[in-house]
Amino acid sequence: MTSYRLRWQRKRWRARALRKGRELKTVSDRTRHIGTDDVLLFCTFRNEDVRLPFFFDYYRKLGINHFLMIDNGSQDGGPDFARDQPDVSLWRTDAPYGDARYGVDWLTYLQGKYADGHWTLTVDVDEFFVYPFCDTRPIRALADWLDASDVRSFGAMLLDMYPKGPVGQTTYARGDDPFETASWFDPGNYVMTQNKLLKNLWIQGGPRARSFFATKPKQAPALNKIPFVKWRKPYAYVSSTHMMLPRGLNLVYDQQGGEKTSGVLLHAKFLNTFGARATEEAKRGEHYRKGQEYQSYAERYGADPDLWCQWSERYINWRQLEVLGLMSKGNWA
Amino acid sequence: MSLGVIMLVHTGFDRAEQMVRHWAHAGCPVVVHVDSNVPVATYDAFSQSLADLVNVRFSARHRCEWGTWGLVAASQEAATLLLEDFPEVQHAFLASGTCLPLRPIAELQRYLDAHPDTDFIESATTADVPWTVGGLDRERFTLQFPFAWKKHRRLFDLFVKLQQALGYRRNIPDGIVPHMGSQWWCLTRQTLDAILRDPHRPTYDAYFRKVWIPDESYYQTLTRLHARIVESRSLTLAKFDYQGKPHIFFDDHAELLQRSKSFVARKIWHDAHLLYQTFPLPDDPLRADEEPNSGAVDRVFSQAVERRTLGRPGLYMQSRYPSSDRQTSIAAAPYAVLQGLDDVFPDFSAWLTRQTGAQVHGHLFAKDRAHFADESEVYRGGLSDNARLRDYNGKMFLTNLIWNGRDQHHCFQFGPADTQDIRWTLAKDTNASIWVVSGAWSIPLYDSGRSASEVRTEAARLQRIEDKFLRVLRSPDARARIKIMTLAQFIEAPMDVLQTIIDDIAGHRGNALKEVPKMPDLTGLPDFLQDLKNQGMHPFLTGDITVGNTQQTIPAVRRKPYVISGQ
Repeated sequence: MTSYRLRWQRKRWRARALRKGRELKTVSDRTRHIGTDDVLLFCTFRNEDVRLPFFFDYYRKLGINHFLMIDNGSQDGGPDFARDQPDVSLWRTDAPYGDARYGVDWLTYLQGKYADGHWTLTVDVDEFFVYPFCDTRPIRALADWLDASDVRSFGAMLLDMYPKGPVGQTTYARGDDPFETASWFDPGNYVMTQNKLLKNLWIQGGPRARSFFATKPKQAPALNKIPFVKWRKPYAYVSSTHMMLPRGLNLVYDQQGGEKTSGVLLHAKFLNTFGARATEEAKRGEHYRKGQEYQSYAERYGADPDLWCQWSERYINWRQLEVLGLMSKGNWA
Repeated sequence: MSLGVIMLVHTGFDRAEQMVRHWAHAGCPVVVHVDSNVPVATYDAFSQSLADLVNVRFSARHRCEWGTWGLVAASQEAATLLLEDFPEVQHAFLASGTCLPLRPIAELQRYLDAHPDTDFIESATTADVPWTVGGLDRERFTLQFPFAWKKHRRLFDLFVKLQQALGYRRNIPDGIVPHMGSQWWCLTRQTLDAILRDPHRPTYDAYFRKVWIPDESYYQTLTRLHARIVESRSLTLAKFDYQGKPHIFFDDHAELLQRSKSFVARKIWHDAHLLYQTFPLPDDPLRADEEPNSGAVDRVFSQAVERRTLGRPGLYMQSRYPSSDRQTSIAAAPYAVLQGLDDVFPDFSAWLTRQTGAQVHGHLFAKDRAHFADESEVYRGGLSDNARLRDYNGKMFLTNLIWNGRDQHHCFQFGPADTQDIRWTLAKDTNASIWVVSGAWSIPLYDSGRSASEVRTEAARLQRIEDKFLRVLRSPDARARIKIMTLAQFIEAPMDVLQTIIDDIAGHRGNALKEVPKMPDLTGLPDFLQDLKNQGMHPFLTGDITVGNTQQTIPAVRRKPYVISGQ
């Protein structure tokens, strides 16, 4: 019964994505260059000119073959920069982000059209994918190994990175590695429960729960993500990249005591760009739960928090995250 | 040259071509079998690309699906061709397009020349090997398998169950004892020839055609009939994961592969350019006679299997979330829960820290905040002392605390005034040692100087809560090490109990008590408890406290400790 209901829900969302897809206008379409084995990246952005250069560099080094980007009404040079990249296809829409289920509808539309049969990474401009052996093996190696192991989806928890000292006092220049300054994270305060309906884990915690949501923990942002998926036409993300349908794709964890292979999305949110953004987004109210999260930031710290504490850990590499238990090599050796 | 190669190819033709050339240039004739599922155009292009090599043949094509007879038929076909066309071949080596020679092929040649009568084939009887997929070891030889395991898993399983229920058994042909092992072998001409020309071959083939995964058992079984010397190991280094899928080697395995001194390894990732450049290694006379030694590789891959199947106990994370009925221990390391002791001894935590060197927390689950050992706002791992955040998921607060500090022994105080949601977690955790002095909450009430009538409601509330906790601890589901005593029992002989706790926490590092915690003056306690009773509130959890046992003096000599076992 439940699976039947979820099936209809999925179909509704796919239909909705088709409708919302009409809001997208093609800026530059290079999708004909996509090869059959290419690993694709999907991303929606808004006013991210300052972050885009490092973003493209980072993911090209990992081995992403083609970027499919949606510009949601940027007013800076970001869209022009993205358009001129040889491996980027760009669409534009000025429609409200919130009405398109925080961009998911647009992405679902493009994924249905271009991603069928491809390993597909769906991330934000401030999320940087780290997986076991990412310093020695390209993302294609991960994809091939997952294929050989009959795995269709790959989990990577969102790990909030922050600087030491007030966030507003950092300086981030175009092209910089954000983790030069935002190099700290909380190593061991994440809590999770199982979503009985969709089977995904709901993970919360980290510096945001500790600093902004200690008195209202239920509202703390979800950190569970399933960004890397061998895409099939019928698939759809449900809420951001937190969970998917069909729900079998959400089982990126083992329930018998073993560890499945998993990665991390380093979240470069807390840079000096954060203060202005928090104020703007709180006003815009286009984000999840009407930007409540951003309102909490603005209330508590005047949007200039210091998240660092004596137990913060400085990021070194994926092996460190593996040892801490934030991600796992699982069966991959 | 006396080594010939049979190569099974179904994909990755550029790499396969490269491998054929390695073998052929070293003087080994190669017979290539290409899966008949491969399109003709691809096949033609592939065979064209190798047209310049005189000692390469292509054998008739069979459909090779995983776990089916086609793979055996393909190797039979190719082996026959190899033995007929190349009479100089003394050893035949079965390889795939993703098998990469690691050492110079001449070294393998010399190695085989030194063992002219030996068949290298992993071959074990089914009773002795645990490494089978799907749990079918013996039964793969005695049941029917009309449905493909990969495509129709449910039908496959159902049909197996049906046959098991009906007690169906196929007959194994006379004279053979089923053996199985890695499908990558290296057989002598004599053995291979004997297998292929065996007068009973039609019987055997008909039988194995219906065995599940025959490529892991056909040669492995029949070799035992004909071989002079069987060396039961594969010359091909191939590791399998817990599902029986082959592990893949990547560029960063180069050193590991080199150290393994194996002759051939599989599977190599198609784009592992470094491996394909590095191997086969150039001739090195110093190493030429070394035996293969895959110990390091074995360790790496068996660790991977262990992590995938067992994981790290006490760790809860995005890809490890054991369901609670699957485990007996919840936290990552042993810890102690102490209820009531800090009511008896006001300075208990500090004293216990001095005695044991453990991390002694205050009331971690207090209503106001989590009292960490150092009374800080944020503790190891970034745990906040905020009570609401803690209570949002108290179980994971505890497991995080223990996981983050699993290099130390943790103890914390607990009591009826604390948040109680955690009690079942504590009771069910085999890593917890729980010590309860019941009724000890009466001491702070007595100390407060307030009259019995003022505190009776509070006393009743604490007693009710503690009683609930005790019931949990005494339930059959409780798996922690639990020791419950009444306040009266405890103050009869406090030193013995304290010594046992310390020995338990500090293990052999525990010393005889150097120092005794200060006990408050309890002379008025019996009267206070009597007053409570007079108010109608019976403090039954304290035990029978009389004027006599509150005046006990603490002995200065250490008595012989005794061990309290679990419940």
